[in-house]
Amino acid sequence: MDTQNCFHCGLDIVKADEIVFDSKSFCCAGCKTVYEIFSTNDLTFYYDFEKSPGATPQNNIDKYDFLDNESIASKLLEFQESSTAIISLNIPHIHCSSCIWILENLQRLEKGISTSQVNFPEKKVRITFNPEVVSIKSIVNLLSSIGYEPHISLENYETGKTTIDRSLTYKLGVAFFCFGNVMLLSFPEYFEVKEYWLDQYRGFFRWLIFALSLPSFFYSASGYYVSAYKSITSKMLNIDIPIALGIVVMFIRSAVDIIMDYGSGFFDSLTGLIFFMLLGKMFQIKTYSFLSFERDFKSYFPIAITKINPDSSEESIAIYELQKGDRVLIRNQELIPVDGVLISGKAEIDYSFVTGEAVPISKQSGDKLFAGGKQLGKPIEMEVLKSVSQSYLTQLWSNAIFQKEVTQNHKTITDSISRYFTPILLLIAFAGFGYWIFIDTTTAFNVFTAVLIVACPCALALTAPFTFGNILRILGKQKFYLKNALVIEQLAKVDTIVFDKTGTITTNKKSSISFEGTSLTDENLVLIKMVLRASNHPLSRMLYDNLSLTVIKNTGADFTNEVGIDAFEEITGKGIRAIVFGNKIEIGSASFVDKAPEESKQQTSVHVKINDVYLGKFLFHTQYRDGLAVLFKNLSKQYQLQVLSGDNDGERANLEQLLPKGTELFFNQKPEEKLEYIKTLQEQGKNVMMVGDGLNDAGALAQSNVGISISENVNVFSPACDAILDASEFDKLSYFLTLSHNAMRTIKMSFVLSLLYNVVGLLFAITGNLLPLVAAIIMPLSTITIVSFVTIMSNYYAGKKNN
Amino acid sequence: MSVIYLLITISIIVAIGFFIAFVCAVKTGQYDDDYTPSVRMLFDDELINSGAKKNKSKK
Repeated sequence: MDTQNCFHCGLDIVKADEIVFDSKSFCCAGCKTVYEIFSTNDLTFYYDFEKSPGATPQNNIDKYDFLDNESIASKLLEFQESSTAIISLNIPHIHCSSCIWILENLQRLEKGISTSQVNFPEKKVRITFNPEVVSIKSIVNLLSSIGYEPHISLENYETGKTTIDRSLTYKLGVAFFCFGNVMLLSFPEYFEVKEYWLDQYRGFFRWLIFALSLPSFFYSASGYYVSAYKSITSKMLNIDIPIALGIVVMFIRSAVDIIMDYGSGFFDSLTGLIFFMLLGKMFQIKTYSFLSFERDFKSYFPIAITKINPDSSEESIAIYELQKGDRVLIRNQELIPVDGVLISGKAEIDYSFVTGEAVPISKQSGDKLFAGGKQLGKPIEMEVLKSVSQSYLTQLWSNAIFQKEVTQNHKTITDSISRYFTPILLLIAFAGFGYWIFIDTTTAFNVFTAVLIVACPCALALTAPFTFGNILRILGKQKFYLKNALVIEQLAKVDTIVFDKTGTITTNKKSSISFEGTSLTDENLVLIKMVLRASNHPLSRMLYDNLSLTVIKNTGADFTNEVGIDAFEEITGKGIRAIVFGNKIEIGSASFVDKAPEESKQQTSVHVKINDVYLGKFLFHTQYRDGLAVLFKNLSKQYQLQVLSGDNDGERANLEQLLPKGTELFFNQKPEEKLEYIKTLQEQGKNVMMVGDGLNDAGALAQSNVGISISENVNVFSPACDAILDASEFDKLSYFLTLSHNAMRTIKMSFVLSLLYNVVGLLFAITGNLLPLVAAIIMPLSTITIVSFVTIMSNYYAGKKNN
Repeated sequence: MSVIYLLITISIIVAIGFFIAFVCAVKTGQYDDDYTPSVRMLFDDELINSGAKKNKSKK
């Protein structure tokens, strides 16, 4: 069977479901509808920019009913007036130029929209529309219907004007302006030609240079003075002290030179230095604006929920307004925002957000439901027991670890070097001054200032930003997104790695299934498959997908034919009962097929009974990620490995066999226990890296020195962490760690290099020979060498093991 | 007064003018999204094409 790909979304088409429209094949009616919408509106260019760019639309018309509620809807708006309103929506699906094109042509689909603008890096679309013509709800529904479902969560509830800090850009602009002009004006001074023309205008040029360097000195470099002052008051010597000292001394000496007419001063070097250092700062800041590293439960929670009033009318209310005793309606795929008691209906709760476990748990009426679960299947009614802020999941966030401001107690490598650098520098400066003072007072002052100027560790300060900035980009290309450059340093220090099990080292996409019991005939398999096809339960889907491989090849039977099913009944939380071609088939839990539940192994299983004969059960084995064994083997050489699992120890034997000896396994760990465990490790002096995925790991991720969140789809969700790793790159983890070590090595090597420059410069300075021209040559030269050295080295290391 | 004073003053003023233009551009958010415009500018051509195609098909 050759697979065809859907013209709209690019997924494989199951032959039986194929829909041909306009001589193009689609995988489902949803995709076809989107194509229809586009083609009738003359928007088929959508498919020209990128091959199969679309996503299957989700049909969930009721989902956005809460947008009818005026007060909720207005919270989402950025701007509102009688006939104009602006809304910014976050659309995770934005991924290619086709997306930009279609979203910026929304006005052709909906008359009420005047303009829409996409911000690709942030995956946001900003829509200007006329609220008198079109409502937010219909815009959101329109977007959903073309496969661009916006993500609206509690996080959007308080959308204040977010101010972007652009001060670094301004500072850099000012620094570059001053640097360029000062360089230009000081050029004549470099040729010490005794010429009438030069002598005539020297004063004018110098004073102009002086004036031009003022904004650079007072504004652009201001960050360094503040940082240096802070570091002095906190008695931690950081690299900004010698930098600030160098800049200030350089400015004063140059000002004196010009005012007293001694010479031209070092303003060219000064402005150049400030510019290059700010450039390094800028380079280091590589942000992934479409990712958020600070997510808390708010981004998981819906913004509003359907409340059932005593007179059984329904109403959407914001979830903050929910009170104890309220009755709420949870529809299919909706998240339960509060703790409560199930009142009606049988619930299938998917707690994968909280525990990472994909298999839903069934609940009976009267059972307690915890916040964070997702209802699958029919709508349920529940009574609220606790308000949002007091619910179980929210309480987890009130743990101290989430409250305290993340203070960086961590000392960077640059700072630890400067702890020695600063005193030595001052020592040399004073020694030089002490020596020359007996010979010539003027030279003594010159030497003193020259030492501080030339030793200004700008190359030293540039090393780390450029190395880290480059590594950050390299890792980003390989789908390992770091929060900031500091994480690289911390990665290199890690000695203990703690893994979560479910969702982290296991994958919930694939699952291997085996059958235990009387062997099934092909005929039976076909029957089972027919039944499963009609069911939407996750286990049914998984089993259905898995069976397809063997059955089709062997029999070639047409199991997609629905004619044979005479009766079909899905009992939530139990199983499926159906009659196919006169055969009574029951598939479901042990109790459903009247079999005593086994206590020995707590493994997910589905039991099968055909014509009242118990045949056996399908066992779902946890599927570990590809390359897990190799990865653990590599890591175990250097790191202490541990696995913390929220699950029972049913997989212990399996894991022990798979993972290298010495890997410690812990089961039945609650989220708080994971956090405590990490804390204990840290108290033993370990540098812990935590790799996790779900909200249940959130505490541990925050507590650990480096928290890495594994995500199947980086655009969607991940708990607060230091780094986000795309699940497909999981087996590269050891490569990433090696790279971080090599980054540190690169930095150390270039520290040596820049210290050599400093020594050469100091030789000039201490002998009293530092001319402005020499300074103007040494400083940019050292900067350029350092920058190119670290860039080449880090690229070399990155390519080394990644051919 | 020598012409050099005049020239340099003018050149500095021009430079300051450009600098102000840069600051204004940053302030209005032109540099916040440096990717989307690069894609967007390629669309205009395609749109004209689409119109041309439509005309052809009508004929």
